[in-house]
Amino acid sequence: MSGVDAVIRFKDVTKTFKRPDGRGDFVAVDRLSFEIAKGEIVAVLGKTGCGKSTMFNIVAGLVQPSSGEAKVIGRDPFREFEFFRGKVGIVFQNDRLMPWRSALDNVRLGLQILDTDPMEAEDIARAWLKRLGLAGHDNDYPHALSGGMRQRVSIARAFAVNPEILLCDEPFSSLDEMTARDLRAEFVRLVRQSNKTAIFITHQINEAMEIGDRVMVFHRPARIAYEATLGAAVTEDARRGINEDIMRVLAVEQPR
Amino acid sequence: MTNSRTVRALQAAAGIIALAAGWQILSMVFPHYLFPPIREIIARTIEILITGSLLIDVLLTAGRIFGGLFGAFILGGILAMIIGQSRSAENFIAPVLTFFQGIPALSWVVFAIIWFHGIEFRVLFIMVMTTLPAFTFQILDAFRSMSKDLFEMTMAFRPSRWSLFRFLIVPTIVPGILTAWKVNLGNAARVVVVAELVGATGGVGYQLLRQQQLFDMAGAMAWTLQLVLFVLVVQQTIAAIENWALRYRAVSERAM
Repeated sequence: MSGVDAVIRFKDVTKTFKRPDGRGDFVAVDRLSFEIAKGEIVAVLGKTGCGKSTMFNIVAGLVQPSSGEAKVIGRDPFREFEFFRGKVGIVFQNDRLMPWRSALDNVRLGLQILDTDPMEAEDIARAWLKRLGLAGHDNDYPHALSGGMRQRVSIARAFAVNPEILLCDEPFSSLDEMTARDLRAEFVRLVRQSNKTAIFITHQINEAMEIGDRVMVFHRPARIAYEATLGAAVTEDARRGINEDIMRVLAVEQPR
Repeated sequence: MTNSRTVRALQAAAGIIALAAGWQILSMVFPHYLFPPIREIIARTIEILITGSLLIDVLLTAGRIFGGLFGAFILGGILAMIIGQSRSAENFIAPVLTFFQGIPALSWVVFAIIWFHGIEFRVLFIMVMTTLPAFTFQILDAFRSMSKDLFEMTMAFRPSRWSLFRFLIVPTIVPGILTAWKVNLGNAARVVVVAELVGATGGVGYQLLRQQQLFDMAGAMAWTLQLVLFVLVVQQTIAAIENWALRYRAVSERAM
């Protein structure tokens, strides 16, 4: 892929943090380079603490790289923060619903921030709740919803602003397997339908292979230790091989 | 829940009835100018409420309490926001507020009488100075307890400062603001009486001073009850606002 076509592009990105005890720096991301094309879903796998979330936060514009170049739609997501208003949707590991807002109002949040006409925002929010099987729960507060329903609301909130890019940080990890499987299928269908570019962080190999067009496995600190392209053309045997390769890569002891 | 409310109301009523019964017994033992009968106190209390020229003193005090609290709330809110966003501002302002907290209300009364001529401004000054530190620290605590998860989620939508304030900060600090009002209301009611006692020509404090000069215990009790009733009514109003504003909370949190 040429750099021009890439929607998300990292070139030698490094991120260091000061250790809380003041004893030097901690490298979370180490000269990380990759590109993601429009409409591509990339699953990122790695052990806990490998820097996946730091990479995620850099793409989201919430964290500034210490060195290297991170570009999203050709722009710097941290410095050009305002430019990305409405262009990036995020689904977090926990639902992060505002407890004082009803399901409908939570979905409407991004639209309100984007100054969408109130009537239109309400219609969009209602439509997304319905699409995700939450019709009739519009006025329910988060505490009255199950974990799966709350995560559906957070997915609806991310999709409602119709972003070009979706960032998902282990969004189904706190749900039971049945609910997670249903939501995964729904999520992939929605992303494919709308041809969005997505980064999907997970620590489950099966989930990564089910969702991603491509899988990237990170070692600690975040750098690509293994990469494989998936998709319909890949045979079952090849998928099994990739699965085994990923397990082997993840099994390698990584320095803390 | 209704049963537990009824039980609580009965317990509270029993306490007040026991207090009144004790007073009534004392009125039978001691001269009435020391312990007037309950019937007389109630009659004088009602007389104040239905006599326009007397009721105006109650309303004057109520206005002073609200004026002082509102001034301290606005000023405290601004200070809390400034401190919340700047460590340097905190280092500069917090010790001053802590110093103010240590100054007795009576000292502020003396300062106000020496510094200012206008009665209303004196009372307002005393009210603001005595309740400002508590308002500031309570709003600051509420601001600092803002969820990092919700902050990041909201920031992901790239809100303007106004949107961030409106959609996240205000709902986050509302419970703290309501608590601050409840706590400061009682303090303000006590302080305003002291302020009126020394330097005012109207209000409950002034009337209490008159009853002392007339050696009228029933009058003193009746005017005290006006203030108690006022605080109770406002506390109940704040509780009702709290129930409405925090209606999103799970029922179990408010069931006890």
